[in-house]
Amino acid sequence: MARAVTSNRKALNTAIAWIIALLIFFPILWTILTSFKTEAQAINDPPLFLFFDWTLENYSVVQERSDYMRFLWNSVIIAGGSTLLGIIVAVPAAWSMAFVPSRRTKDILLWMLSTKMLPAVGVLYPISLLFVQLNLLDTRIGLVIVIMLINLPIIVWMLYTYFKEIPIDILEAARMDGASLREEILYVLTPMAVPGIASTVLLNIILAWNEAFWTLNLTAAKAGPLTAFIASYSSPEGLFFAKLSAASTMAIAPILILGWFSQKQLVRGLTFGAVK
Amino acid sequence: MGRIVLDQVKKSFGEVTVIPPLDLEINDGEFVVFVGPSGCGKSTLLRLIAGLEDVTGGTIRIDGEEATQIPPAKRGLAMVFQSYALYPHMSVRKNIAFPLRMAKMDQAEQDRRVNQAADVLNLSDYLDRRPGQLSGGQRQRVAIGRAIVREPAAFLFDEPLSNLDAALRVGMRLEISELHKRLKTTMIYVTHDQVEAMTMADKIVVLQAGVIEQVGSPLELYQRPQNTFVAGFIGSPKMNLITGPEASKHNAATIGIRPEHIEISQSEGTWKGTVGVSEHLGSDTFFHIQCNASPEPLTVRATGELALQYGAEVFLSPRSEHLHRFDEKGLRIE
Repeated sequence: MARAVTSNRKALNTAIAWIIALLIFFPILWTILTSFKTEAQAINDPPLFLFFDWTLENYSVVQERSDYMRFLWNSVIIAGGSTLLGIIVAVPAAWSMAFVPSRRTKDILLWMLSTKMLPAVGVLYPISLLFVQLNLLDTRIGLVIVIMLINLPIIVWMLYTYFKEIPIDILEAARMDGASLREEILYVLTPMAVPGIASTVLLNIILAWNEAFWTLNLTAAKAGPLTAFIASYSSPEGLFFAKLSAASTMAIAPILILGWFSQKQLVRGLTFGAVK
Repeated sequence: MGRIVLDQVKKSFGEVTVIPPLDLEINDGEFVVFVGPSGCGKSTLLRLIAGLEDVTGGTIRIDGEEATQIPPAKRGLAMVFQSYALYPHMSVRKNIAFPLRMAKMDQAEQDRRVNQAADVLNLSDYLDRRPGQLSGGQRQRVAIGRAIVREPAAFLFDEPLSNLDAALRVGMRLEISELHKRLKTTMIYVTHDQVEAMTMADKIVVLQAGVIEQVGSPLELYQRPQNTFVAGFIGSPKMNLITGPEASKHNAATIGIRPEHIEISQSEGTWKGTVGVSEHLGSDTFFHIQCNASPEPLTVRATGELALQYGAEVFLSPRSEHLHRFDEKGLRIE
């Protein structure tokens, strides 16, 4: 028998869910609201919620002072490039781990994940030196590589778990049907793993988009993405909350919209294989 | 052409030897069935021939050519899997055409062959569906279609019918036999079901623990099993195997007598027994009879009309010309 859920109980659950969702969303909402205030209203005490003079001034100032499109373009290249490169490297790696595992496969998977436990600042010095030596400082290609490497363990892990769900019989059938390894991965494995690959791509774009430590430390004027754009508003001249909020809103808008439209796909991918 | 020769083929997984060195010849156009209990290595042997597993030692020749190191894609064999292993993201048409596409065959020829295969297998109405929209029997036919379009040197079947229900299985069994008669291509078929083996095979290979117990035509195996394992495995219901003093009377460690080779009588006979459970199939009746010859009850086949009460006293006489004798090692004595 299904568990009886009374309508009171349902209403309570709904209310709790809304409260939690609003709590999580509140900082983003506040940032967006602040971006439409004047600097004085932004630091008003008590804080103003909806009743203030809405203005777009901050946006025009931000756009005047710095070229938003250039930062946006850098963000797109770095997030997109590192994810694409990561997928290209990770698909064969995950294939071999899922379908021809060795005795050490489990250990390697754990070891890869363990690199994520290292504080990034611990390797800042060697990476910076390498960047200087290789002339990669403040270049987009340098950041694409570093961010790809940082997210690679997550990409491999996610793809590995999706690939594990695919019956090996089907890959063997492809082999019997005369498919080469490349054809097997391209025509059989990848199309079957599309939901998994899609959610991996989405998650990694989000991670790369929001990555701030390396982008702030390894870029200056040329290759800086939107994270650098935001950071430039907490400047030596003082904090300008309204302008900072406008910059932040502009920086998170694209990824927020992408996330909004792909949330169905994202949830499906993240729970892929959980229920047969 | 599809002549396959295994020479001292061996397979180990780590320390465990699954198949000790083994020789086998499969002639062109033969329908060969590998049969044995689960875990006997029959599927592994098929996968070695397919190239999906690497051999640990020995050589495999296909049409006289050394194929041991050739990858599965290049061996020119087609395989039908127990799980069907269809490509779920492709239509039936694309599934069947996949091997042709991999062979870079031109589109017109691909279409011709797919339509022809669909015709043979009654799949013409389903070509644009996805495998998920088909029944088990239809899926299995798509898997067979995918195998036949490329005109392989040999077909490999890995328990293709075990996921189907009993009625469908009998039908598909006939279809596969029919296909073999028409194509005259070598087929190697793995099953644990001795009825499938008996009904379909030209040649049966009985395996146990990776060792070939006997190779022969269904009737050879039935009439002259080389050892007690084959004697007990082939035939349904099983052959009665009797050890002890009754066997010694015939100078053997074990004697075997099939259920249909025992005469049952209510008045006289060699052995005396009491009727246990009787199974009425209509055409035949199988009686399980506890008698003084053996601690195990004997199975006896009688006509469908014969009805005996539970606990009734009967007499049994084995027909001596059909008595099989085996020594202490279980090997046949002529």
